[in-house]
Amino acid sequence: MTQALDVRDVHASRGAHEVLRGVTIDVAPGEICALMGTSGAGKTTMLRAIAALGPFDSGSIVVDGFALTPGPVPPESKLRVLRRSVGMVFQAQSLFEHLTVMDNVTLALVHALGWTRERAESEALALLTTLGVAHRVSAYPRQLSGGEAQRVAIARALAPDPTLLLLDEPTSALDPARRGSLGEVLRALAAEGHALLISTHDVDFAEAFADRVAVLANGVVVEEGSPREVLSDSTHADTRALLRSPSTEPRE
Amino acid sequence: MLAGCVPASTGHAPLRWGGDAEGGAPFVEADPANPAKVRGFDVDITQMIGHGLHREPVFVQVAWASIEASVERGDFSIGMSGVEDRPELRQRHAVSIPYFEFREVLAVRFTDSVRYRTLADLAGRRVATLGGTGAYQMLLDQQSRGGPIVVSYDDDVHPYSDLVAGRVDAVLLDNIIADRSLRRTGGFYIQPVPVATGHYVAVLAHADTALRDSVNTILRARMRDGSLEKSFRAWHVWDSSQARYFSRVLADSSGGRVLSVDRGVWSVRSYLPALLRAAGITLLLSCLAMMLAVLVGIAVAAGRVYGSAVVRAPLTIYVELIRGTPVLLQLFVLYYGLSALVRLPAFLAAVLGLGLNYAAYESEIYRAALQAIPRSQLEAGRTLGLSEVQILRLVRGPQALRLALAPMTNDFVALLKDSSLVSVITVVELTKQTAIYATNIGSWVVPGLLCSAIYLALSLPLSRLARVLERKWSHA
Repeated sequence: MTQALDVRDVHASRGAHEVLRGVTIDVAPGEICALMGTSGAGKTTMLRAIAALGPFDSGSIVVDGFALTPGPVPPESKLRVLRRSVGMVFQAQSLFEHLTVMDNVTLALVHALGWTRERAESEALALLTTLGVAHRVSAYPRQLSGGEAQRVAIARALAPDPTLLLLDEPTSALDPARRGSLGEVLRALAAEGHALLISTHDVDFAEAFADRVAVLANGVVVEEGSPREVLSDSTHADTRALLRSPSTEPRE
Repeated sequence: MLAGCVPASTGHAPLRWGGDAEGGAPFVEADPANPAKVRGFDVDITQMIGHGLHREPVFVQVAWASIEASVERGDFSIGMSGVEDRPELRQRHAVSIPYFEFREVLAVRFTDSVRYRTLADLAGRRVATLGGTGAYQMLLDQQSRGGPIVVSYDDDVHPYSDLVAGRVDAVLLDNIIADRSLRRTGGFYIQPVPVATGHYVAVLAHADTALRDSVNTILRARMRDGSLEKSFRAWHVWDSSQARYFSRVLADSSGGRVLSVDRGVWSVRSYLPALLRAAGITLLLSCLAMMLAVLVGIAVAAGRVYGSAVVRAPLTIYVELIRGTPVLLQLFVLYYGLSALVRLPAFLAAVLGLGLNYAAYESEIYRAALQAIPRSQLEAGRTLGLSEVQILRLVRGPQALRLALAPMTNDFVALLKDSSLVSVITVVELTKQTAIYATNIGSWVVPGLLCSAIYLALSLPLSRLARVLERKWSHA
């Protein structure tokens, strides 16, 4: 089966420091993969490279058949196909502050995909309804609670119907009850065929909702497998360090 | 011959006298041999007066248009710099006997020397003069009766260069000034038949009649003994009509006659329409200049934020050059300096000058605002498949505009007031019109209050609009 995401032996540096030292990871359609690791393990660097927001030095990244080349981030004009395939939900939601919830979700549909406003709004409303925030369509981002803002950000990223959805530390601003409900939402998205790669250090969340867990330490994947295999009876030192850390902490 | 060169012969207080050295020879000019000193026939005359009073003359530099107000304030005792005798001058100040008779003459281009002989020939044409002079008043009166269109200047050099350049069709000014310009620049023709005659006088504070009488006695004595003639000859302004004039003055003890132009004193009511029209010009000028400033400012800011080094370097030079030099200088260069290359109409030059000046300041506001938008907002736009141009137009620009609004409003209010500077390039806007009004009625109180009220009426709604928008957007 074709992978939604295929990352092979990726190296990436920030200045003189090599953050990723040969990461290999893949995600299949309908699968939720949790990319775990302590702060500074390189989770965000990996996600930014996949989303073509940050560069990588060597290796290969293929998203839904589109291959990114090592080296500096290419200009946006060369990334059209990738942008259709990858959606990203940022750790700080980064909703557009000057636009309503509806306009946040329809912006890409109207301006990047050229949909009519009517079509874009009906699609957006359907998404917001699925995510349980349809009643907030005319609110501005600063009027939303943390959980609402997160759902709107997910709706915005999902609107162009990407194959792969990247989520950077999605539970960091949520209380336990909202984490559970977010997990349900993500499971439903996977059931629709989306591939989800979630960077997180939230062990409970990964255990409950991920199909597969990959533990990143010192720039390489040190353990990979089902949540039960990796998180319940790990013998690996880095994984145990992760298990000991508090499940919520500031961004890396 | 030089002011301040005669040693104080007595213990008397020095005689402070005011004039405008920018007006130049033959009245008062900086001495080329020693620019700290002044020379000219007005300097010679104050020398004679000082000698007669046993007081050492001390020169005080004052803008020509402010001589009368300044002498009344007590900045100096005598104002002399080609001050014209006028009925209102005699109402408001103590005035000496006229010591020189000049002719108001019409200067035209050679090709027009037959066509434009008198003011009547110039109906509907543009005639330049120095603001606040008798010639200016005469032209205003003629304009209100369908005569020529008056173009007012703040100096007496540019009317002639603009005549030669074709910006105006004639210049009406004193024969002394016309002759001087003919010698310096040339390229025009002076009609031999004068439009009117006028007289130069010394002006003193209204209460200073005792000094005025002493000055008159000295002037008569110097007319009689030929000292005045000698000075006028030295400055090449003596002719036979002057000799006839002197003998008339010496025969008549009444104090000379006044420029024989008939006109009424203007009241507040008659001035209000002119002030409102000028306010309209100020508003139109400010709005057009601000629009230009915003458009150019956005382009410059975008170039400096997004452009390559090749694009950024000239834009940075533009911004620093404009911000580092006075706007007054920029207006002069644009209007007069470039007139050999491109002859801009005054209003257009004013819009361009102010607009391009403010564009530099606006661009810095927009640049700071663009850079204040968090990177995550731009990256969110990228991951959604928006192009860089779309991100600027839909995400970064609108958010930056909200940040820029308050400083922009400040700048617009400042621009509204800076627009008064364009009177140096002959645009009569609100402040200039107020100054003309104040000069005419001899007081700044009513014109000043009216002018302030109009400026406030223009700027307060702007500040209010900005507050409303800011409140609306901060709730968003």
